[in-house]
Amino acid sequence: MQTQLPTEQAPVLEIRGLTQRFGGLTAVNDFNVKLMPGELSGLIGPNGAGKTTVFNLVSGFYQPSEGRILIDGIATAGLKPHKVTALGVARTFQNIRLWNDMTVLDNIRVAQHYRLGYGLFHAIARSKRYRRREEEIARESAELLEVFDLQRYADDFPKNLAYGTQRKLEIARALSSHPRLLLLDEPAAGLNSSDIQELIRLVRWIHEKFDVTIWMIEHHMDVMMELCTRIKVIDFGQTIAEGNPETVRNHPAVITAYLGDDVI
Amino acid sequence: MLQRYSVHLTLGLVGGAIIYSAYQEYLSLYIMSVLMFMGVNVILSTSLNLVNGYMGEFSCGHAGFMCVGAYVSSLLGVWLFARDKVFGAPLLDPEYALYAFPLLIIAGGVAAALAGLLVAIPSYKTRGDYLAIITIAANYIIISTIENIGAIGGSRGFMGMKRLVNSMEDIADLPWMPIWVFAFTVFCVWLMRRYVSSTFGKGVTAICQDEVAAEIMSVNTNKIKTITFMLSSGMAGIGGGLFAYILGYVNPGSFNILKSTEVLVMVYLGGMGSLSGSVLSAILFTILLELLRPLQIIKWIVIPLLLIILMQFRPEGIMGNRELGDLFPRLKKYYRFK
Repeated sequence: MQTQLPTEQAPVLEIRGLTQRFGGLTAVNDFNVKLMPGELSGLIGPNGAGKTTVFNLVSGFYQPSEGRILIDGIATAGLKPHKVTALGVARTFQNIRLWNDMTVLDNIRVAQHYRLGYGLFHAIARSKRYRRREEEIARESAELLEVFDLQRYADDFPKNLAYGTQRKLEIARALSSHPRLLLLDEPAAGLNSSDIQELIRLVRWIHEKFDVTIWMIEHHMDVMMELCTRIKVIDFGQTIAEGNPETVRNHPAVITAYLGDDVI
Repeated sequence: MLQRYSVHLTLGLVGGAIIYSAYQEYLSLYIMSVLMFMGVNVILSTSLNLVNGYMGEFSCGHAGFMCVGAYVSSLLGVWLFARDKVFGAPLLDPEYALYAFPLLIIAGGVAAALAGLLVAIPSYKTRGDYLAIITIAANYIIISTIENIGAIGGSRGFMGMKRLVNSMEDIADLPWMPIWVFAFTVFCVWLMRRYVSSTFGKGVTAICQDEVAAEIMSVNTNKIKTITFMLSSGMAGIGGGLFAYILGYVNPGSFNILKSTEVLVMVYLGGMGSLSGSVLSAILFTILLELLRPLQIIKWIVIPLLLIILMQFRPEGIMGNRELGDLFPRLKKYYRFK
């Protein structure tokens, strides 16, 4: 559990009574969470439990039917996704969504769109501000690629990269927007076991180096066990268990949700 | 040194040569007008490429925006600077026509950019085929509106712009139309090049490739779409304004869906998402149209056939989505166009 007392610091993300209905289906029901700065926690649940819906709600992609989402104490209700990103939330996708026909470097650069600091007229006039900002963006992006050891792919197209590298690039792109909260949606999906080991190292390293709060969805329990200090389990949109990995693993409700409750 | 100024130099030489030969009347009026239409086509195809190529939407109502630009700059010009049976005596001294001309063209562009909102706003919610239908609708709305305003000639069209061109030549005896067409063509391509090569403008490509990712990665998609549609239709308006002054006559019929299709063909011929491809294909297409003129109506069998053959053997167009510098990296040493 969290070492700092909650009163000392405001939560990076606070969700209160979040409910999302799609027609008659309640995808998420009365979901509550508080993520403290620097936390690395997880969200798990069987397929269709509503995990990705929670992420879509947090990143502003859906507007919640009920409940509040607060990023650093600021309510995100009614904000478009790009505004939410500007508040400091970045995410990756379950199925990688890179811009495949843009160079790796451009992928990183475009993710800084909200803090370009110049608009159309500066771009056309190539004003001083434009040149200064473009230089900074180029430098920062190159640095980011370098720390991710991706600099040799800078001019390649993401579609030509190995799957594991694409995952890494997507995380790098998310970090390029300087998030306070990083949402990873099944980062280990489709990776082989050696890639998964690398991913675990990567996430831990990001967590230390970038001073970012990480919340991840993952099906690979070993990844969650290694990384997360706290895991929340949901099923049919309901929170069924919460706690440290060990507690969650042995929680009867979790076992029932994953394996069914038939007595064998 | 060479890299830095080679583009300026080439443009200066080409422009200078065209204008000098127009001045000395080395080239016939026919060839001059073909060259000027070439410039207009370059503006049209590059501006449509912004939407269809870079942003990945499918706009097929480009001629509608061209029409707005053509009418606004013509009406404004004739109203202010020429004696006309609709507007009567000119409001201002025709002496100023020369200085006001670029402003007239730009006013047409601005009006067309505002008309572009007709497409930009629906594009927040729709895309693909549905947006394509909206663009066709926009084209028809514009044409029908003008056809039904009797005061400006309705479907018979509107003329009187030649008087303005003549009064420009009275002030200084230079081939003003070729000069303005050349200047505006360079200006438009240069402006779009700057837009799409900035990180700001790369948001357009991001929307094309994955709109969801673009939105999530902090690109204000609605803003970018609005800017791109307005820029594209504004450029079309500038092209339309020039077109009107070259011909000296406009009628709504010449901006129908056929004209839009012609521009679309140029974009696809050149390659989606390649400005240099669009420039090249606009030039080639204009020449091709003129070369095939003796075939008369059969021309419209040969050209679509050529298009089918092109799509069969090179579906990505002449340049694909690459620029000249990507295709011939060695060329990069010799020029820089920014």
